[in-house]
Amino acid sequence: MPSVTKLEHFAGFRERVELLSGENVFACYQCGMCTAGCSFADEMDMLPHQVIRQLQLNNWKVLESNAKWICASCLNCQTRCPKGVDLSKLMEAMRQIYLRQQLDQVEITQLSVDQIRCLPQIALVASFRKKTG
Amino acid sequence: MNNTAYFPGCSLKAEASDYERSAAAVMEALGQPLEELERWTCCGTVYSLTDDDLMHQLASVRNLIRAQECGAEEIVTLCSMCFNTLKRSKVFIEQDAARLETVNAFMDEEPDYEGGIEVFHLLEILRDQVGFESIEGRVTRPLSGLRVAPYYGCTLLRPREIGIDEPDTPMILQDFIRTLWATPVEFAFQAECCGTYQIVDTPEMVLEKSHRILSSAMRAGAEVMVTSCPLCMHNLRLCYEELRSSLPEKRELSIVYWTQLAAIAFEVETGELPASMDKLLEGLPTSMELVR
Repeated sequence: MPSVTKLEHFAGFRERVELLSGENVFACYQCGMCTAGCSFADEMDMLPHQVIRQLQLNNWKVLESNAKWICASCLNCQTRCPKGVDLSKLMEAMRQIYLRQQLDQVEITQLSVDQIRCLPQIALVASFRKKTG
Repeated sequence: MNNTAYFPGCSLKAEASDYERSAAAVMEALGQPLEELERWTCCGTVYSLTDDDLMHQLASVRNLIRAQECGAEEIVTLCSMCFNTLKRSKVFIEQDAARLETVNAFMDEEPDYEGGIEVFHLLEILRDQVGFESIEGRVTRPLSGLRVAPYYGCTLLRPREIGIDEPDTPMILQDFIRTLWATPVEFAFQAECCGTYQIVDTPEMVLEKSHRILSSAMRAGAEVMVTSCPLCMHNLRLCYEELRSSLPEKRELSIVYWTQLAAIAFEVETGELPASMDKLLEGLPTSMELVR
């Protein structure tokens, strides 16, 4: 996991996330529908609705959660949110904060020849799009 | 399918070539052969979810320009991920004239994209333009009694604005399965994510998600599962290979593309089928007369 120390003194963290995502985090009223329907919530160290709560509180430490890397943008949360919040875009914004500082989550050079040969192109390209800068 | 350009995408030319071969044979049989878009390029695979960045929309827009150049009005895809990426990019770019202008100004080597190219998935074309009735009329080997689980995954259905059916209660694949005289088997995880590209760096998580999907369909009594996404296919088949040895009873599940199911019913080129599928088909009647 890349270090987050560079980001510690992040001024205007919430505004940055809102700018990147185009979403208003205060639209969320914490009903928990996103977490209830999330296929990946069991893998996350912070639940989807808790991530939004921390964004509302402007707590940059939410960046340390693994949730953004686990989220696969399946959009169950987006289609079911009663307030129209697109959590997949908030997760993408948090990924981008890392990736735009070259803090890649997948090391392309670490992939074995076998992996590259066996994985379909769409898996590789999608993974690089989501997890490298 | 006049003025419709077929966009294959990378996987259809590689590991999903059976999907393309069966789709081409099915459309040929329906008298509406697929015509491949010239000089197509990768769509970008996943739609960019950032609002401040147009760069990641360019790959999709280039393909829309290719369609515009050859006088097509529509693009049709087989791959669910290409469908999602192309259609979402199209909507995003066309929503706002300033975005379209910026993209056009940036790509000065390309003619301007004028907007208006429609993006469809082949299933939509069959339902809305060809009509499932005409497909039923072309069936020469009805798949009576075959229990088929429709697996939608994510990108055909979500987000709602671009999905081909209701995200939580889709019916299109069930209707399609019935058209071929087979029996749709609904199951709890039919529109849940298989784990997608996470197979690259967290395969154990993907196998767990795919396992839920497969076991849920098998518990519901499915013998066959159909999908429209090459990445779902990869993950599900990988998981099935691991699962198979531990199956309590020797129950098998054949995972195929939805077009391969139609190709079987039409008795045209199916592409390669899993061995378990051949066994299932041996038990089915071979001609229409046996059923009617």
